[in-house]
Amino acid sequence: MMFDKDQISILKEAVDKENAKTQEKLQKRPERKKEFTTGSGSPVNRYYTPVDVSALDYMEDLGLPGEYPYTRGVQPNMYRGQFWTMRMYAGFATAEESNKRYKFLVEQGSSGLSVAFDLPTQIGYDSDHQLSEGEVGKVGVAIDSLADMEILFGGIPLDKVSTSMTINAPASVLLAMYIAVAEKQGVSSEKLRGTIQNDILKEYIARGTYIFPTEPSMRLITDIFEYCSKEVPLWNTISISGYHIREAGSTAAQEVGFTLADGIAYVEAAIKSGLDVDAFAPRLSFFFNAHNDLLEEVSKYRAARRLWARIMKDRFGAKDPKSMQLKFHTQTGGSTLTAQQPENNIVRVAIQTLAAVLGGTQSLHTNSKDEAMALPTEDSVRVALRTQQIVAHESGVTEVVDPLAGSYYIEAKTKEIEDEAYAYITKIDDLGGAPKAIDVGYIQQEIMDASYDYQKKMESGEIIVVGMNKYQIEEAPPTGLLRVDPAVGEMQKARLVELRSSRDNTRVTETLVALKKACEGTDNVMPFILEAVKAYATLGEICGVMREVFGEYQQSVNL
Amino acid sequence: MERPIRVLVAKPGLDGHDRGAKVIARALRDAGMEVIYTGLRQTAEQIVNAAIQEDVDCVALSILSGAHNTLLPKVVELLRGEGADDILVIGGGVIPGEDIPFLKEKGIKEIFTPGTPTQVTIDFIRGNVNR
Amino acid sequence: MVNNIENRILENDKRAAARLITMLENKDPEGFRILKSVYAKGGNAYVIGITGPPGAGKSTLTDKLVKAYRKKGKRIAIVAVDPTSPFTGGAILGDRVRMNDLNTDKDVFIRSMGARGHLGGISEATSAAVKVLDIFGSDIIFIETVGVGQSEIDIVKNCDTTIMVMVPGLGDDIQAIKAGVMEIGDVFAVNKADRDGSARTAREIEMMLDFNKTLAWRPPVKMVVATENKGVDELVEAIEAHREHMLTSGAFTTRRIQNAKSEVVSLIKERIEQSILDNAHNEDKLSTFSKEIVSRALDPYTVVERLYEEIKDTIHIK
Repeated sequence: MMFDKDQISILKEAVDKENAKTQEKLQKRPERKKEFTTGSGSPVNRYYTPVDVSALDYMEDLGLPGEYPYTRGVQPNMYRGQFWTMRMYAGFATAEESNKRYKFLVEQGSSGLSVAFDLPTQIGYDSDHQLSEGEVGKVGVAIDSLADMEILFGGIPLDKVSTSMTINAPASVLLAMYIAVAEKQGVSSEKLRGTIQNDILKEYIARGTYIFPTEPSMRLITDIFEYCSKEVPLWNTISISGYHIREAGSTAAQEVGFTLADGIAYVEAAIKSGLDVDAFAPRLSFFFNAHNDLLEEVSKYRAARRLWARIMKDRFGAKDPKSMQLKFHTQTGGSTLTAQQPENNIVRVAIQTLAAVLGGTQSLHTNSKDEAMALPTEDSVRVALRTQQIVAHESGVTEVVDPLAGSYYIEAKTKEIEDEAYAYITKIDDLGGAPKAIDVGYIQQEIMDASYDYQKKMESGEIIVVGMNKYQIEEAPPTGLLRVDPAVGEMQKARLVELRSSRDNTRVTETLVALKKACEGTDNVMPFILEAVKAYATLGEICGVMREVFGEYQQSVNL
Repeated sequence: MERPIRVLVAKPGLDGHDRGAKVIARALRDAGMEVIYTGLRQTAEQIVNAAIQEDVDCVALSILSGAHNTLLPKVVELLRGEGADDILVIGGGVIPGEDIPFLKEKGIKEIFTPGTPTQVTIDFIRGNVNR
Repeated sequence: MVNNIENRILENDKRAAARLITMLENKDPEGFRILKSVYAKGGNAYVIGITGPPGAGKSTLTDKLVKAYRKKGKRIAIVAVDPTSPFTGGAILGDRVRMNDLNTDKDVFIRSMGARGHLGGISEATSAAVKVLDIFGSDIIFIETVGVGQSEIDIVKNCDTTIMVMVPGLGDDIQAIKAGVMEIGDVFAVNKADRDGSARTAREIEMMLDFNKTLAWRPPVKMVVATENKGVDELVEAIEAHREHMLTSGAFTTRRIQNAKSEVVSLIKERIEQSILDNAHNEDKLSTFSKEIVSRALDPYTVVERLYEEIKDTIHIK
């Protein structure tokens, strides 16, 4: 208990009295709004007192920094040790272009790489596939084979950097390519540090770059867990992502609830495949969004940490503290950016950065001001990175761990989000777990409802977005946006032709046949994928074999 | 009774961000229109076939992949090839302002960028369908 | 504008067929004129209804059945009926999502229809669409709809073969559905048959069918996993067996004559009803009369007689 019982009841009386009095005054002079809510639409009281957090027990519900249930952070000293990883998501056009951008970012003080792949790569098509038309190199870098990957990381020592790759359905293929590039650099796989997103469930829910049906997808994921636990022990094998769920329009509590429900599904799948929970759980990582409601967001991260620790300990019987620690990457909210008056986005990103840091993030990507319109230019990426550096070096919030703890409001909200998220998890359990809940469209429907509700509130003016539905100005269309050279598609195609004629095609066929057999059986597919990659089989060829065996996912749409 | 306007809401391109498409689908439905929703990863051919068979008044394309300059004009072109150029084609999504004149020149009647109230799109469709 | 529909539709012109369906759906008199002029050309398509509870996987199964029939070289049309949200006038029709790869097959025509809450209901619009797609040259027309209400039952009971799609794990739903619905199934498909309880579901259906031993055709029960294309060929065989039975036993013609009868009856009802109601709604007469009924100044029987008398000489059927 944080407060004395008698004191609480005295306080409660005082609060009730004050409230009655003030409500009377408010009759005459009403407040700005009838109802005050967070950015996610959950109610906010006029003020909070110990009464609102009287049910909390400090040691049980908060604990000390670096201690269970990790509400206050996963490390005892947080940013006093080192800052979060400033990781800027980047990649576009060809491997050469992206390689230049990575070197620029490292020079500017970025401490980790984060690779964005183009959509054909994310969906397992080569650049010369019919569906790749117009998409090659657009939202990220085009990778067709190991040859592209060698160029992408040329001159970047893979034992020195940590690399995050936003890749899901074909995650095993891109990871295999990364391992193969490292091997050529003379770096053994035990030394590799980084993350693959590898979170297929949220692709079904919100992001849409799925390939295979649920069951084989879950198998690919647990194969990666198993392979990495032995061969790539420092690698974060999954980044369970709420980011895209939030971008799709969910509330903060839904972001936590649905993401952790996905997490539970992965843990269950891995345990079912015969892995010990403490063998893989320390390598699970999370990925959350940062929106504009600073205090709600801080509460959200704290709630997620506490809830995950409890789930791992109580539900899965984890023993290793590392299995219970929710470590997360954050990206500032893309959907909060406006195409109108783009400079305003710098301010939004600064608030969101503060939220992520006050919430105890382990790494952070800050969006650039022009991302509501196009991929960011170098100049706007620099400002976004500087925003992180200013918060790190000048704001002072990094000098003390979890500085907002003990705020009656923050603690009340943290509890509220935890409870609401837990209710979602229970509902999903009742439906038979996240994959089933996705299959029947439950999660998508909940998100859609929240998103439509937000849209209506914005259109009615109940929600104000500065520059968009208030304080508008006449603006000329922005100029100087980054444009991907449309010739990139042709270049990649030419490179594929060259590759197919210069490689040992017999070896390619052999490795693909072996992979097909592995897919049909129960062996771990990772070594087979690695062999195919090393033979310069293309991503499209490898995924083609898997498509043949596994089939393709059928979207479930509930509108 | 008044004939409801039929709209095909489609996502050309490979991106999976269907929040905008779903929001507009709901908004058009609530405005009394019949919306045919086709899901992700639609080729221009698929979109045009659907538009013809469903005899829609309007095709609303949502795209965030950056491939708009390739895929949107292709839809208009194929519709023309089928003699269906009376169908109103509009677009939305992450589309830079400087691309809009090109797209309009290619026959996409209007582009709705992020932040456009759904009512604006509804009014535009009502005012511009050809039947 | 789409011109010269009556000729173009006979030349397999999709745009013309699509437009004619729209016109009929909107009760455009011109649409009925065209349909009448080409009606004699139809009668060649076989009509298969697919129904079942929500979430049974009907669209996916339809997709797979169509693919199987495409392998036999048949030209296919699908009418996907979504009867939800009848009140706003608007609807979101999402059945195409599950039939995406049929979309580029030039010998497949898919049409989505929403319930618009208009008189005559969705079953009349569907039946008009089927006529168009028949004349247009389809070999087989699938009508897919959720089997939950009377209007949906009306849609599928007019089909030559009706497939009831069931899934395991619906529990009491089977009990609820059987009343009035089970008897319209000519073939039963237990979808998602890889799930627990599918054998039990099949058994329950068999038991229910056993109650009615007088049937000339005993509906077969087939296990399928539509998402994996399992059991689909067997289902096609069952459909073909039923078709064979229909044709050889004469039931095909009997059923079609029966359907024509009920169609004429319901058209008469609808059109006369429409004439009377148009008059009743005129100057809000109906509201005025209704208030008087409540205040006992009038009784409902007199009101009906009066409304009928007013228009009886002017009834004309468009």
